[in-house]
Amino acid sequence: MNIWERLQRIDRRLIFVLIAAVVAVPLIWPPQPQLQISPPTRQVYDFLEKLEPGSVVAICFDYGPSSAPELDPMAYAIIRQCLTKRLKVLVMTLDITGKQMKTHALNRVVRQVQQEGVKVVGGEDYLDLPYQPGYSAVVLGMGEDVHKVYPVATADGQQQPIGAWPLMGRVRTIRDIALIVDLASSNTPSMWVAYGGSRFGAKIAAGVTAVMVMDYYPFLQSKQLVGLLGGMKGAAEYEQLLGKPSIGMSGMGGQRWGHLVIIAFVLLGNIGYFAARRAARRAAQAPEVG
Amino acid sequence: MFVQFFVPHKLSQDALKYMTDWMRIIGTFALVLGIGSLIQRHTARIRQRHRDAPYSAVALCCFLAMVVLGIGWKTEEGSPFDWGFTYVFMPLDATMFSVLAFFMASAAYRTFRARTPEATLLLVASLALMFGRIPLHQALDPHLAGVAEWIMAWPATAAKRGILLGVALGSMAMSLRLLLGIERSHLGTGKEG
Amino acid sequence: MDPAPVAQAFSPTVTALGIWLGALLTLAIYSFLYRDNPIYKLAEHIFVGVSAGYYVGVTFWDTAVPKIWQPLFDPIAVGRDRPDWLVIPPALLGLLIFTRFFPRAAWLARLPICFIIGAGAGVAIPTAVQAFVLKQVSSTMVSLYPHEAGQKVAQSLIGGAQNLLLIVGVIAVLCYFYFSKAHRGALGVGARLGIWLLMIAFGATFGNTVMARISLLIGRLRFLHEDWGPMVGLGPEMARGLHAQPWRFAVAGAILLALLALLVRYERRAAARQPEATEVEE
Repeated sequence: MNIWERLQRIDRRLIFVLIAAVVAVPLIWPPQPQLQISPPTRQVYDFLEKLEPGSVVAICFDYGPSSAPELDPMAYAIIRQCLTKRLKVLVMTLDITGKQMKTHALNRVVRQVQQEGVKVVGGEDYLDLPYQPGYSAVVLGMGEDVHKVYPVATADGQQQPIGAWPLMGRVRTIRDIALIVDLASSNTPSMWVAYGGSRFGAKIAAGVTAVMVMDYYPFLQSKQLVGLLGGMKGAAEYEQLLGKPSIGMSGMGGQRWGHLVIIAFVLLGNIGYFAARRAARRAAQAPEVG
Repeated sequence: MFVQFFVPHKLSQDALKYMTDWMRIIGTFALVLGIGSLIQRHTARIRQRHRDAPYSAVALCCFLAMVVLGIGWKTEEGSPFDWGFTYVFMPLDATMFSVLAFFMASAAYRTFRARTPEATLLLVASLALMFGRIPLHQALDPHLAGVAEWIMAWPATAAKRGILLGVALGSMAMSLRLLLGIERSHLGTGKEG
Repeated sequence: MDPAPVAQAFSPTVTALGIWLGALLTLAIYSFLYRDNPIYKLAEHIFVGVSAGYYVGVTFWDTAVPKIWQPLFDPIAVGRDRPDWLVIPPALLGLLIFTRFFPRAAWLARLPICFIIGAGAGVAIPTAVQAFVLKQVSSTMVSLYPHEAGQKVAQSLIGGAQNLLLIVGVIAVLCYFYFSKAHRGALGVGARLGIWLLMIAFGATFGNTVMARISLLIGRLRFLHEDWGPMVGLGPEMARGLHAQPWRFAVAGAILLALLALLVRYERRAAARQPEATEVEE
């Protein structure tokens, strides 16, 4: 068995250990790379920067813990930008696992900005809408009357009828929301585009896991999405634009080395494949020893 | 609902409002149905003293614990239910999916081969994307990122749009079949037409 | 790097207990990477039970109570001055779903299913046509010479070439997915080009998938290092120590690799002694 055949048969557990090592080490020594900002990320950032203070932004947490490493950094960055720019924030979810994600993210960022001296008040500057099943039914209902879809809402752990919150005096239908940012690990952005955007004219931006980002480029080109954040890199780019590197940026070191190792594996595997194929051809063409 | 889309009259808009309300309420009961099936399966394994019956018992105990915590102490941040979500559900859910990173690396090493011209094109595109999505070197990054962004914005978008159109037309055809009663698999009859 | 620590929702002891539990469950799932084992199965079944219980808890308080119970029996809590009797018909329809467990009445379960599917399909058709067909097709009809004021001719030509690629690409991919006619002649050429573009798209998707999967791994390793690590001496303080003496890290890594190599060697020898007990390769 030559070296290439041995490499083809390498125990997969050694591959596992190598991947774990190259991803873990940069967490211990996090680099601070300068990223190239992609146009779709900049479009989301610029759109929010241009909104007037007091505009309402809805952030929809359509993901669960399994996608949190990619989408939580986006959520933190966008909520931070909105609160520091005096935009009003509504957090909501159409996904049952997004309920705790939205509450954790909102409360975490609110505490952080308050510690930094930014004055934000629950019910006036931010509000937490409860989970509602039904996906498109919820969006269609919001197009008619948000107050009917969400009879109650929560701020700082206190739940009240939705009309009691000052922020909701600005919002009656989906048209009163300046931008809806859907952070998703499923196909809810296309549902928002179809029902919220096409039907009611709402402005939609999406933050999706890297697996799905290609599926939404057609909507970006057709301007049905105002912008698109893709995976941990999209989150890191957004943090760089805000000037507040955080967990998204700190993960890019592991991304770099993990990618390089997988690229090396793929190239090594192909080199071995072609070497083995050439050796087999030579063996087939060699005259038989009589 | 199909006709409602084209009728702007207030009655039509009210009909949309009530129909969507009703869909949401019925959706609540559909969720419970799935849970019932799960309980049925695991209790059957315990009754039949299946080899994995102890694990099924653990699953049912954890289910009951979360239900009791959720209904008894509510689901707000800081509640026991929230604790169960944060320190049991979240780690398990996240770790289950993170295992894919290892299997993907192993599978890429063993099976990602440029056997045909099409596979070579796939390989080259994926390498270009992978290089373009990571910070390598200040001098290289703008060019690599530019190539990756161009691939995503133009040829890949064209292909994805073609797929999107095909899927949209297919789902429209299926919806029409459902409305016209040609497709009745959701009724469980297994027969058509 | 990370923002200042925020107030914990739980007491320190409860938080520490939770972090230990989360770390042990994480390592239990990762034990599957070595081989399938009872610890992994236990963690897997805990996940099944906890996730199902989570769905019930959230649905009860966020939907059943404010959308069904309170409108009928506590309307003031939802900002109404009188009960909303219109909640009763959908609630009854929803209850009919459970008739599927009773053979004689199981046919009634079709009513709510038909309602949801019919209403959903009726809403979906015009919306899908508008958002996914008409808008996507109109966005494909782009100028082959997109010249803007002040733009150089070369830039406009490049823009036109890109737009041409988009138009031809969409048509080519649609040619590939048209299976009612044999892929010969012009249709065959279009289908061939469509396959190439699909390969580019799938390659791009794979490249992004690598990032997605590694992100998930980073999330878990970050939890183990930053949340659980300080409790077992593997946290950021260890990292600061390693910055001062990096040779420790190399030694620890070498020991771990040697242990793993020994484990693998032991397993292979055991498998060679019992060939009928080998596990299935991936």
